[in-house]
Amino acid sequence: MNRENTAHREYIKEEKMHEYPITQQIIKISEKHCREAGAEKVTKVRLVVGEYSGFVGDSIQMYFDVIGKGTLCEGALLEMEYVKAKLKCPACGEIYQKIPMTFACPKCGEDGGPTEIGKEFYIEEIEVE
Amino acid sequence: MHDVKKINVMEGIHDENDHIAEHTKEHLTDHGILVVNEMGAPGVGKTTTLKNIIRNLDLKAYVIEGDIESDIDTRDLRSLGIPTFQINTFGACHLDAPMVHNMVQNMMMEEKGILFIENIGNLVCPAEFSIGEHVKMLVSTVTEGSDKPYKYPLAFEKADIIILNKVDLIPYLDFDEEYFMKGVRALNKEVPVFKVSGKTGEGFPEVAKWLEERAARLFEEEHHHHHHE
Repeated sequence: MNRENTAHREYIKEEKMHEYPITQQIIKISEKHCREAGAEKVTKVRLVVGEYSGFVGDSIQMYFDVIGKGTLCEGALLEMEYVKAKLKCPACGEIYQKIPMTFACPKCGEDGGPTEIGKEFYIEEIEVE
Repeated sequence: MHDVKKINVMEGIHDENDHIAEHTKEHLTDHGILVVNEMGAPGVGKTTTLKNIIRNLDLKAYVIEGDIESDIDTRDLRSLGIPTFQINTFGACHLDAPMVHNMVQNMMMEEKGILFIENIGNLVCPAEFSIGEHVKMLVSTVTEGSDKPYKYPLAFEKADIIILNKVDLIPYLDFDEEYFMKGVRALNKEVPVFKVSGKTGEGFPEVAKWLEERAARLFEEEHHHHHHE
């Protein structure tokens, strides 16, 4: 491991970053369900992550690996399903994927309003053994 | 070979945070305290906004200052006689419900009034975490540019009140108010937008009045609630 990576790991351990408490929560929920099922360890966690959840996906597996050490989630695979934010047009009812810097409906041009699509942030399923 | 078993979880990552936030909110509602979560990017004038609101407010004000590591704002507010409590997140980019819950346990708030919680300067993460507030107050500025609702939709969507600060600078800027308001209205049909200047103090009496009326509604609800018990 190079030096930069080590520094990053130290940073994670200092609980400073946005993803720390969130990743901790993912592990906590997974462990709880694993114990309830009388299983020994978690092998996979399936997350549903909306665009507006604020959870940055790219390096999550790394955070998960570091924070998960010594927990029932150690070595588990984190699988993520991303959901893009969608808007609903108040004029024609069209539900469409938001594109950056505009809210305009692709069908009629009216500005669409927010929906709950893209705000998901939950554990759908885990696999245990 | 071990048996692999699938477990249907369907549990939200923020459920626990939201649960704690709900608890804080109930506790403070019982004590006649309206909780305002103040959010905005660094430098929009969050502390100055609080000072100006409190100066115009006919209600007791309490403040929790969230900062990454300094207590400059807390000392500033305390010097004006405002009971202010400090939360340092030491790097974290937002306040969460447990931090506020722990702080509120140790605060003496004997008089009814408003608790302002100044969140960490950041337009992204604070919008995602409930901390026990009745009101999300977003501070935006004409200096940030009129495209902010388009770039940070969640903060504008969730706001219960929007303060547009630094309007005294409009003559020197290319702030497009129509474009700004078009974005705000697409995301949030009803939210009141108050144009203010922390420098001249204009607009703040109206903001204070709005908050007083919101607090009065809370006290009213609370009164009825106790009456029926």
